[in-house]
Amino acid sequence: MSDVYVVGTDMIRFGRYPDRSVEDLGAEAVLLALADAGLGIGDMQAVYCGNQLAAGDRIGQRILKQIGQTGVAVVNVSNACASGATAFREGWIAIRAGLYDLVLCVGVEQMGKGILGAPQSYAGVTTEGMLGSSTMPASFATLGMEHTRQYGTTFEQFAKVSVKNHHHSTLNEKAMYRFETPLEDVMGAEMIAYPLTKLMCSVNVDGAAAAVICSEKKARELGLLKRAVRIRASVLTSDPYTPQNLANLDFNAVTQLAARQAYETAGVGPGDLDLIELHDCFATAELLHYENLGICPAGDAGKLIDTGYTALGGALPVNVSGGLLSKGHPLGATGIANIYEISTHLRGEAGARQVQGARLGLTHVVGAGSACAIHILERVQP
Amino acid sequence: MRTQTEHQSLGSFLKLDDQGKPCLEGFQCGACNEVLLQNRRGCPRCGALGSLRARRLAEHGRLFSYTIVHRSFPGIATPFISAIVELDGGVFLKGNLVGVEATPAAVPFDMPVRVQFHYPEVPGHTGKTLLSYVFVPAQPAECPEPKRG
Repeated sequence: MSDVYVVGTDMIRFGRYPDRSVEDLGAEAVLLALADAGLGIGDMQAVYCGNQLAAGDRIGQRILKQIGQTGVAVVNVSNACASGATAFREGWIAIRAGLYDLVLCVGVEQMGKGILGAPQSYAGVTTEGMLGSSTMPASFATLGMEHTRQYGTTFEQFAKVSVKNHHHSTLNEKAMYRFETPLEDVMGAEMIAYPLTKLMCSVNVDGAAAAVICSEKKARELGLLKRAVRIRASVLTSDPYTPQNLANLDFNAVTQLAARQAYETAGVGPGDLDLIELHDCFATAELLHYENLGICPAGDAGKLIDTGYTALGGALPVNVSGGLLSKGHPLGATGIANIYEISTHLRGEAGARQVQGARLGLTHVVGAGSACAIHILERVQP
Repeated sequence: MRTQTEHQSLGSFLKLDDQGKPCLEGFQCGACNEVLLQNRRGCPRCGALGSLRARRLAEHGRLFSYTIVHRSFPGIATPFISAIVELDGGVFLKGNLVGVEATPAAVPFDMPVRVQFHYPEVPGHTGKTLLSYVFVPAQPAECPEPKRG
């Protein structure tokens, strides 16, 4: 089975584009990625499109209608926040299986404002606020508080994640928000669900990202290995049973499972990574994922954020793009935007936020606690 | 247990016992002993089919985790404490914690709680009386020591 390479990738700047159609956002990202590869839509043998909120609307086909209806297979993929990465993985599987040599993967989302979803109800009665809360902020706040219960992790430590990621995004022209947020601003912002303030919640914005992936044979033939990025692992898991997931989303178990498989497949450990783009949908999530991804022992996540271990310039930079917190989180786009970010560093093209000497990176997304996709990417050039 | 006829429960696990009093009904897997809140075709833990049997759940437990919700969907009154309680016997149940101040200092982890059933008035709701529950602080003597693991 062939190795698969990312040979072109890009994203549009995340933001609010209420007057544009979702397929237009996707098409823009696709054209950028194709240009990055030096290829055209006619070279793509299949299209995998990740999108959650318009999951029934054949967004992949609508994108092709914008740029070239070539009649190739289009698969529309939804897996909540893991939609983009799942679409990417489906493309990877198809190339590994020998069906295709060149595949286009795109993730796109257009979102409204305010709290995601609808209030929980039962028998036509709204139970949100009566039987606890099922909002995303509340779910992730509760998960953070579990960490507080076990290890004493503080509100301040969670808040430092936002400080770090907002700082990183000032170096990323593709980020939605590009301003510093000092610690007192983060902690003093409107409280949404303790310990998450408004600045500790990712922004639901519009955006798209795309990647062109290629078999090794085709990459050699087209002379595309020079800037290629090798996919060392592509893993997807659903949430294994835990007693806690009766009552709340549980993104820990699903991530730990995916991480184990990814490291085993790639034959590497967390200590081999140079940078990570993980799913900081809420500031609490980032600290828990340090442990879920094995970059520190259980309970030590607070120490990592306190010491700058995971900041740009630290031992293992996490979310130098600004993460979902500051770059933004258009659900279907995020999984491929992370691929773009890691690839850019592995190619040495990340400019002011470049992680020096990056050779191996990991991307991680979790959809609604029940879908986790992890990719490990490697620089090809010596 | 009887399914309620006079009330509309706000959860499938909220039932009336043989004396007509509200109670919690869960399901226990005969193969692996896991206790679940809802009936399923197969046990999600061990995969055994047809092994789930109804059983009454404890109405005491300890606070496993929580958040204090200050902003929810429009029209939802805040702040309130959204609590995850580990009931004696192992089921994790979510609900509002009342009877304590909504600040972190007033909500110690592992505090003993008990389930209190109530009949909420919901503006705009007509029809059967609603049956719901909240968690309230309990006396430590009412709750066994928490299992760790």
